[in-house]
Order: sequence, then C-alpha cells, then structure tokens
Amino acid sequence: MEIKKVPCKGLSTEEYDKALKVDWQPELAYAWDNGIGIGAYLAALKEGKILAAKCDGCGRIMLPARAFCELCFRPTDGYVAVHDTGVVNTFAVSHVNWDASRLKEKDPRHLPAVIEIDGASKGQGILHILGNVKPGDVKIGMKVRAVWKPAGERTGSITDILFFEPVK
Amino acid sequence: MNGRVAIIGIGTEGFSPVTPHLSFKELTYCAAVKAYRQAGLHPKEIDSFITASEDFMEGYSIFDEYVPDQMGAVMRPVHTVTAEFLQALGVGVMMINTARFKTIAVEAHSKASNIKTLHDVKAFALDPVYLRPLEEDAEFLAGLEMRRFLRDSGNTEEQCAQVVVKNRGNALLNPLAGHGAKLRVDDVMASGAVSTPLKRLDAAAAADGAVMVVLAAEDVARSLCANPVWVDGVSWFSAEGNPWSRDLGVANYAKLAARKAFAMAGKTVRDVDFAEVCDEYSYKELQHLESLGLARPGEAGYLTENGFTSLNGDLPVNASGGSLGVGHAFEASGGMKVVEAVLQLRGEAGAHQVKNARTGLVQSWRGVPTATGAVAILSNE
Amino acid sequence: MGYRRVAIVGAGLTKFVRRAQETGPELSWQASKMALDSCSLRLKDVEMITLGSAPDGFDGVHMKGEYLLSGAGGSNKSYIRNFVGGGTGVFAPIHGWMHVASGACDVCLVVAEEKMSSCHPTPQGAFITIFDHTTEQPLKPTLIWIFALEMRRYMERYGLTRADIARVAVKNKKNAMDHPSAQVAGEYTVDDILNSEVLAEPVHRLDISPAGDGAAAVVLASEDVAKRLTDRPVWLDGVGWNLDTSYWATKDLYYPRYVEKAARMAYDMAGIKEPHKEIQVAEPYDPFDYKELHHMEGLLLCPRGEAARLTAEGYTARTGNLPTCPSGGALGVGNPIAATGLMKVIELFLQLRGEAGKRQIPGKPRVGVAQAWGDLMQVGTVVVCRS
Repeated sequence: MEIKKVPCKGLSTEEYDKALKVDWQPELAYAWDNGIGIGAYLAALKEGKILAAKCDGCGRIMLPARAFCELCFRPTDGYVAVHDTGVVNTFAVSHVNWDASRLKEKDPRHLPAVIEIDGASKGQGILHILGNVKPGDVKIGMKVRAVWKPAGERTGSITDILFFEPVK
Repeated sequence: MNGRVAIIGIGTEGFSPVTPHLSFKELTYCAAVKAYRQAGLHPKEIDSFITASEDFMEGYSIFDEYVPDQMGAVMRPVHTVTAEFLQALGVGVMMINTARFKTIAVEAHSKASNIKTLHDVKAFALDPVYLRPLEEDAEFLAGLEMRRFLRDSGNTEEQCAQVVVKNRGNALLNPLAGHGAKLRVDDVMASGAVSTPLKRLDAAAAADGAVMVVLAAEDVARSLCANPVWVDGVSWFSAEGNPWSRDLGVANYAKLAARKAFAMAGKTVRDVDFAEVCDEYSYKELQHLESLGLARPGEAGYLTENGFTSLNGDLPVNASGGSLGVGHAFEASGGMKVVEAVLQLRGEAGAHQVKNARTGLVQSWRGVPTATGAVAILSNE
Repeated sequence: MGYRRVAIVGAGLTKFVRRAQETGPELSWQASKMALDSCSLRLKDVEMITLGSAPDGFDGVHMKGEYLLSGAGGSNKSYIRNFVGGGTGVFAPIHGWMHVASGACDVCLVVAEEKMSSCHPTPQGAFITIFDHTTEQPLKPTLIWIFALEMRRYMERYGLTRADIARVAVKNKKNAMDHPSAQVAGEYTVDDILNSEVLAEPVHRLDISPAGDGAAAVVLASEDVAKRLTDRPVWLDGVGWNLDTSYWATKDLYYPRYVEKAARMAYDMAGIKEPHKEIQVAEPYDPFDYKELHHMEGLLLCPRGEAARLTAEGYTARTGNLPTCPSGGALGVGNPIAATGLMKVIELFLQLRGEAGKRQIPGKPRVGVAQAWGDLMQVGTVVVCRS
C-alpha cells in the first residue's frame, strides 16, 4: 500500500486572504494562587533575595523555593536565601520578539540565559535575561550578578531582578 | 484481560469555592500524599501515572508539563488525557489489563477559582463557525437540552428543583462538600433565568479540589489492601459529535457506556445499590438516571419527588451531594464521585453512609458543549 | 503469560501544508478515511478511537478533542484524546496500543491532527504560555529561546559547529522530496542553512521545521484480526514514554535523559538489547536539525556526542548503516506537531513492509524505532516496530 496521493488543499497567501474566515478573540484571564512555595519565593524577591528550599532527604538546595521535594516526595525542610550571583549555563542571542516579529536593527538583542545560582545545588538554574553586556562577549561559564530594581519598585515578581550582568 | 482491578488508595484536597493557600501543584501533592499512604506505596513503586486536564482550565499551553512533580512522577511514564477523571480511570484499568503495569495513579484537579473569565473559557469550547457567532454563552446548550428533555420525558421543572434541594441537603452531611445548603423547591424556581428553563440554582457552582486514586492489579491489591474496591466495569462514550445533530433529550453517551460497563461487570441495574451521577445541572441527574436505565423513561422526577433517590431511599443518588452540593470540579468531578463511591463501599461515609452498599454506579459527563461521559461499576465483593 | 500482540494494519495521512482549506475535523476525516480504506475496514468495524493533538491554542477551541471527534469517527464510539505536547504524535499509537493490548477492543483507530494556521498572528503565540506563568512568563520568553539555549549547550558540550548540525537539515529536506505529503522539501546546501536568517543565535530559519496543518491516522488490530486483514502486519513490539520535571532549568540540556528512559522502556518490552546494532531504521523527532542528533543519542543509537560525526560520514543516509528520517522528517515533510509524530510511525510501517516507494531503504529492514519529544524539554515517547 504505497502512499502516492494524499488529500488536503494548501492555500496560497492570496487564496488564504480571500477565504471565508471567522475571527474570535477570546477573553482568557487567570489569577493563579501562588501557594506556599512560590509565595515565599516571590516575597523574597521583593526583599531583594533569591530563595531556595532544602531537602534533607536528597540534600539538594533547590530553585525556585518549593513546599515539597519532588524526588523524595516529602515536604521540604525549610527555605534558605542563596546568593544573587551565578554562572551562565547556556544562553541565546534573540533577534525576535515573543510574537515572532523581528527586533529592529537598532534594538538591543534579547539575551535569555540559564543561570546556575551560587549557593544552590549544582545545576539548579533559573531562566533570566543578561544585560550590560555585548552579545559577542557572552560565554558559557561567565560569572554574573543580579541587577535589582530599587526596593521601592519591587512587587514580588521575577522581574524584580532586571537582568544579570557580568561580574567585573 | 488477566484479573480484576481494584482501587486501593484515594486522596482528596478540597472541595471549596476557593483554595488560596495552595498552588495547584500543592493541592495535588496533598491529595497524592493521602492516596499513596492509603495504598501503602511510595510513588517510586507505582508503575505509571495519568492526569486528566484541559489546557484552558489551567491557563497553560501543554499542561502536561506541569504534572509530574506533585505526583512524585519525575522521569516516570506519565501521560495526560484531555478527558474527565472517570475516563482517565478507565485508561488506567486498560493499562493494568495489558498485564504490563501493576499499579497506576490517576489524578485530576480543579482550580476554577483561578479562572477570571470562566464564562469565556466555556464559550471557547463552542464550534467556532457554527455556534460561537450565534451566542456567546455556552450555557444556552444546557437550556436547549433541558427543554427538550422535559418535553420528551414529561418530567417537570419542579422535579429538577427537587434534585437541587436533595443534593445540596445531602452535602450538609459531607465534610468534603463546599456548597451544602437547606433549600426549598421555591428557592430554586425563583432563582432567576439563566437560559430558560434553566435557572441559576439549577446549575452547580464551581469548586476547587484535587483527587488522586491508586489502582492495582488483583494480586497486588489483595496483598496490600484489606478492603479493595473493585472496578468491575468501566466504559466511556461520546454520542453525536455535533450538538446540532444530536438527540438532546437522551444522554446517549450514558446509555452506551452503561451497557458496556454492565456487560464487563456481569451485572445489571438491579445490582446497583447506590449511584453517583453527574448533576452539573439539575435536569442532568434525571436525564442520566433514565439514560442509565436506573429509572424508566419519564419516571426519574417521580422517583426523586417521592424520596426513592434520597439518602434513605431505595436507590440513593448523589449521597455525596453531587456537583450541586460539593461544587463542580470540572475534570475532577468524576474523581469526587469515585471517592464517594469508595467511601460508601468501605462503609466509611459517616453521616451520609447508605445502607447495604455492595455495588455502586459512578457516572460522569464532560459538560457543555459535549456529549461525552463515562460509567464505572464498583463493588466491594 | 497473557500479553496481547498489537499490529498496525493500515495508515493514512494528508498533505502537510502551511494553511489548509480544510477544518480540523475535515483533516481528521481525510486521514482516518484513508487509513480505514487502506485495510478495507469501515467505521463500524472500529470499536474505540484515540486522537492525539497538541495545544488547543492552535485550533482555537477549548476542549478541542470534542470539537475534532466528529471528523475522527468518534460519534457514538469510545473516543478519547491524548495530549503530551510535542510527544503526542508517537504517544497516540501508544495510547492505541493500550486499547488493544488490554483486550478492551480488537480494532482501534488512532488519529493525529494539527491545525496550527488557525492561530493568529502566528502559532508561536500559543507557545508563550508553555512557560511557567509566574516565574518565567513575566520575562516575555518566546519558544525559540529554549531551542537556542539547548542547541548552544549541546554544541558547547561536544565542540560542534553549526555546519555539523546543518547537514541534518540538508539530508532531511532532500529525503522529503520523495514524500507525497512534503511541505518544504528541496535540495539545499549546508551554506543555504548557515546563511538563512538568524532567529535566536545559534538557531537560524532553515534549522527549523515549519509549522503547518495536517493529519495522520493508523489502524491498530489484535493479532488474530491483524492476520486476517493483512499478510504484512507491523507489530508494535515496544512502547515507552517518560516525563521529566517541570523545573527544566535545573537539568543539563545537552542530553535528553527522559528520551533514554522512554527508549529503554520500549527496547525492554521489544527484547532489544543492543539498539545501535538491532535497529535498522530510525525516525527520531527533528523539529530542529540539532534535535535529530540529540535524540539519536538519547535513543542509544550511537555514543553521546557522535551523532554529528556519523551524519557527516553518511551513516544516517538512506543507503547508510542506520537510515535516519528516511521520510524527510519534520524538517522536510513539515511539522503539524501531532501529525508529524504519527507520520514517522507510518514511515516505519511502510519501510518495514517494503512499501515506501522511492524512499525505501535497501536491505528489507525488519526492526525500526520512532520517537517524538515535547513539553518543556521534558517528554520522550518511543515505539519499536517489527515486521
């Protein structure tokens, strides 16, 4: 039963523009309960701290803070503030926005990175952005430090950290 | 098929209108801890895990990403079905029947309180070309169905209201329930139109909550559990896919699923001692009872009015309080019903225990605009 | 022992296109009808149906499984939708396997559908919400970030260049020229890939498979029924799946350990002890070119870090020692997510029956593996097929 002919009509851009369509813009709004673990994590960010949780079962110090250890399957044994410095585990130089539109020539590139935070267990990284650095100068293994919003402007969000910059 | 399948552990957290102190992960973790403790198993010893969820109820694309941690299932075989809990339970039973899995954990939860535009989410399920442009409220389908069902069956709006009174009254005796109340038929009749003849109090209010159930193959069940509850039969069906081509008067999905589930169990309606059926809307309890064969066509309202389906009646229906009394937990509401059935069959239902509970029927429906639901026959022998 | 063997007995799939005229239900119908016709079955012969489809956000319908069911033959049937992100296309037949291997039915229809073009202005929009809503979305991430982050980690770990990886895109787009469903087949050079527009360094446009619309379907049957329907059933001898933690930034992205676990589960069931020797054809998921290499290693088809070198040496060509993505993969045929995964399983089905036409690999292959991946760098789904 070799498959030679397959159905389905692909539309060219012109055909697609002319085709009958129904538009719908849904109103989808949510307000998620942070709960115990993330609640503590966000409260700590407001205080200018990065909060991890520790588990005496596996010995890990985990980010973000959480109420239970998912590997030992038991409650965590307390929270501990870790450093706001770390090491770049991996990074990217993005030329596109979140909606897939391109950044303009003059716009600074977006520099997302996974940063392994000092004081947490090895490999415990968080996703964040790099700043105050030229894309060409970023390296895996580079030491970085968080640049925080002024205390009065923090709201208890991951964006209370503006970005991570290289440690000079 | 190699042997029977049993429920050896259940756990719930909730149900209540809001659960602000716990994230969805923590809510599910609490339910999981209880279920695993009852089952006497660490999640490392459980062979596979199933979640029943829908992206737009969570506010995530690919909710499957966020399920393993709170079930203790990191780097394990986990999968998600966009279905109701009872369907997921049915999949778990199938997995055990392949003879390659001995224990399965099944989870569902609701954080409906976190959805600010629940109305719009429900409307988002309507066919985008044929239905959404007509009407921006998915509940209109419940009104259409109720009208058709009452006309075809001869049941009345007052009898539907009696379902509300019964179920919310039962809920006052259920510590898990969030919407217990002492109501009268007049309260329901006067509660204001939603989509005539559907009135405000005919519809269950939403609730948050999580349910975890642990299934085991017969040999494991007998060695671990002193009082396993057997899943003798389970089946799920979808009736006509398009609402406009559907027979709205009859719940065909319940009829088809019941036929298959009873056949699997080798039982009939006469064996059923109590039932937990979907009552997301009051008329649905009556429609489901008739479609399941637990009441003759046109008779469900009469049975309700005369106490046959009350806690002390011949066939207690929704002793838990149902969705009307506990709160509707969407994909988890079938889970709430399974938990109730298990408690009843173990004799652990306390103030709302029904007498002579040996075989129970649990039924679910996925809500508007679907005609999809499942049926399970559970027993303690 | 009580294990029921399950076979694939029929298959169908649509063209993969950027924007289909057909609706989601219509695409599902086209693929399902073709699959049933291919083994001379009618819908009434099918007892249960499982449909796989990735985020509801694409089609723009909440509970889209219910919306699609009329097109997948689900009316008045036992029908359910399975959904494990990008892993869905290979998980769908695993779900079907559960239906038949359990004895719940003898014939199960498995459908995979995706209509990404419904999502405006771009299907990428449906991917914003895969990131954690509280700890990540406020950073305004885009899907391409995770691929760029993972690709760079993989390249750094093994000292690979973009050219080492681009060879996969060249191979697959060329292979796809022989696939009737192909959306972006063509003869490209490594330089074409390297010089394509940068999106998020190191990812460039031609490193990525295109989003699109499409559907695929297979019919699964129990052993007795399979033998009556065809003289060449293809057995689903191994199934495996594995889901890693949602805390994706806490693991080293250079190696998909969850793919390895899923693969071991499938290989154990199939009695495969040395996959790199016993597997004769492979269809790993290749939404990005580096992913094919990443997944080959996770599937234990070659030592870690060696996949790129083997590709350069022609090991994975159709005439090589281990033909990999002879279909043309996502990179060549297109990537309507769930449909792509099932397309790969269908490729194994055809290859193992000697019915892959111009794509047929030499030597009468008897054992193959197909794999898909998804969620947030988390899920591996694997099937091992035998003829």
